[in-house]
Amino acid sequence: MSKKMSISKAIGEALHEEMVRDEKVIIMGEDMGKMGNVFGITVGFQEEFGMHRVYDTPISESGFCGMAVGAAMRGIRPVVELMYDDFITVAADPILNQAAKMRYMTGGQATVPMVLRLPMGAGRRNAGQHSQCLENMFCHTPGLKVVAPSTAEDAKGLLKSAIRDQDPVIFMEHKLLYAKKEQVPEGEYTIALGVADVKKEGSDLTVITWSRQVYFALEAAEELEKEGIHIEILDLRTLVPLDWDSIVKSVSKTHHVIVLSEEVKRGSYASEISAQIAEELFDELDAPVERVCGLNIVSPFSPTLEDENFPHPADIVKAVKKVLNK
Amino acid sequence: MASKEYSKDMLKNFYSTMVRIRAFETKAAECFTKGMLAGNIHLCIGQEAAAAGAMAAMEQEDYMATTHRGHGHCVAKGGDTKKMLAELFGKKTGYCKGKGGSMHIADVDGLHSLGANGIVGAGIPIATGSALASKIYGDRHVTVCMFGDSASNQGTFHEAINMAAAWKLPVVFFIENNSYGVSTNIHSVINTENLSIRAKAYGIPGKTVDGTDPRIVYEAVKEAVDYARAGNGPSIVECKVFRYQGHYCGDPAVYRPKEYLEEGMANDCIEKMKKVLLKNGVSQEEITAMDQAAHDELEEAYVFANESEYPDPSEATTEVYFSDNERSVVR
Repeated sequence: MSKKMSISKAIGEALHEEMVRDEKVIIMGEDMGKMGNVFGITVGFQEEFGMHRVYDTPISESGFCGMAVGAAMRGIRPVVELMYDDFITVAADPILNQAAKMRYMTGGQATVPMVLRLPMGAGRRNAGQHSQCLENMFCHTPGLKVVAPSTAEDAKGLLKSAIRDQDPVIFMEHKLLYAKKEQVPEGEYTIALGVADVKKEGSDLTVITWSRQVYFALEAAEELEKEGIHIEILDLRTLVPLDWDSIVKSVSKTHHVIVLSEEVKRGSYASEISAQIAEELFDELDAPVERVCGLNIVSPFSPTLEDENFPHPADIVKAVKKVLNK
Repeated sequence: MASKEYSKDMLKNFYSTMVRIRAFETKAAECFTKGMLAGNIHLCIGQEAAAAGAMAAMEQEDYMATTHRGHGHCVAKGGDTKKMLAELFGKKTGYCKGKGGSMHIADVDGLHSLGANGIVGAGIPIATGSALASKIYGDRHVTVCMFGDSASNQGTFHEAINMAAAWKLPVVFFIENNSYGVSTNIHSVINTENLSIRAKAYGIPGKTVDGTDPRIVYEAVKEAVDYARAGNGPSIVECKVFRYQGHYCGDPAVYRPKEYLEEGMANDCIEKMKKVLLKNGVSQEEITAMDQAAHDELEEAYVFANESEYPDPSEATTEVYFSDNERSVVR
């Protein structure tokens, strides 16, 4: 049995179920309480769970992220939201230097079971400080797990696992997916971190991707099918830990690879995956790995400019043909 | 001036803690100078009374967070000097198995120390978060957050204290004002005589006290700890102290006028406390015995640290993650 709901609603359900299940789960962030979050994810939570579990924080990202680290070290399970992932720059120390490193630097004593939810991505005409995909920053930092779901079902199941995880988990939610309505299973379920999902099977080329670009890859696949090209789409879902086994399995079948993401191309996590495949699966490849990413520019405001800055299905189709030499 | 009456035992405890801290720092400096320690160490010689007074005002179960200059707080909280020195040596017997070093000694479950921190001001929100946890749990633990004058100019100071005040969290912000952030005199970067005056802006109590007398520090921190434990929220306690050494061990501190050190030495907390002890009926023999005990303890700690083994290189990739560590570290 399943029910249809938006991705934001699925995220809200995961939060709600975990708060009911474990009273150590708390929510912190700007406008999370009274307003119920700018995307409406936590409407009604503060009334239901109380002020001591749902915090409307001041605009002090560094302060409340650091507080979440301290509370988590004491066994609380904070689920913190930055209104936009771009704001991580003002909360970089508590996340990249404190949350990520605490376990290692204390010789395994401390655990920081917090989740940082980060609405991300371009397409809402919000310009360069409200539109970034910063996966690379988090994936680069040892100690953080990084999740970036594409579907409502995955978002719910993965968020529940992230909340129960003992490590700090960065949970990246593409803003343009929030309103998307999809089927979500009824009842209690979780999805394990670190397991990729084959969204579409194919034999000619593997597109490795995550988050919103999964849908663009699916659109491209439809186009390509018409021309007899069958691509496989691997939705990583979790970026750290990386499901390498699924990558190996798919690449060994198709021998052609595109890594697709909305990130700035230079230094992207897509680049990292591409490098790993080139290093370790060279013998499996019939063509160089191709990255399809955003441009190396500031995310622009004007629609005609912004649309230039992330891959569209047509770009994927073009890249697939290039790799397949067709 | 201290206002309370103190038992001989309590006075001896203050003194004993202070000489143990100085013995630790002196031994650490000796090892560092001999080239036995990697990295950097930041010593609190001269500031011992602040640590001894503050920790005496806390209950065993209370939490603390400290800074790069945090050895003294750890000793005063009851830290095992063997495991502390071993951590400075980078040995596997250290508090953090050699993965943190001097600036990161922590003992979360044992001492309830949330750790020292290498980023100035980073401990302030962490300590405040611990206080938030106490408020959520409804436990009676207070968190004392130690930091220096310079951390008070980080944004985290404002952000965390503001939230602690707004939500009445059980935390004490304990500033050891030694007047210098590395080479920069605090008065060249602030516009007030004291830092505790900022408490007014948050609507919380704040006071500045002489940090060279553990009794005075104890009284100020006890008041703040009691206030927090009773559910009234945070306070700021600022102690004026002297940092005898430079910022790090080996820093010649040429940026300071010689009068700074002269004033510090004239107010040496240990020498002053000795006089207090003698005046209160503690014999010179008892004082010498405490000095000797601290010396012997650190000699033992030195042997332990020096003879302990380094971590096996294979340990480099462990404990980055609680679960799925291997897979998360490999790629």
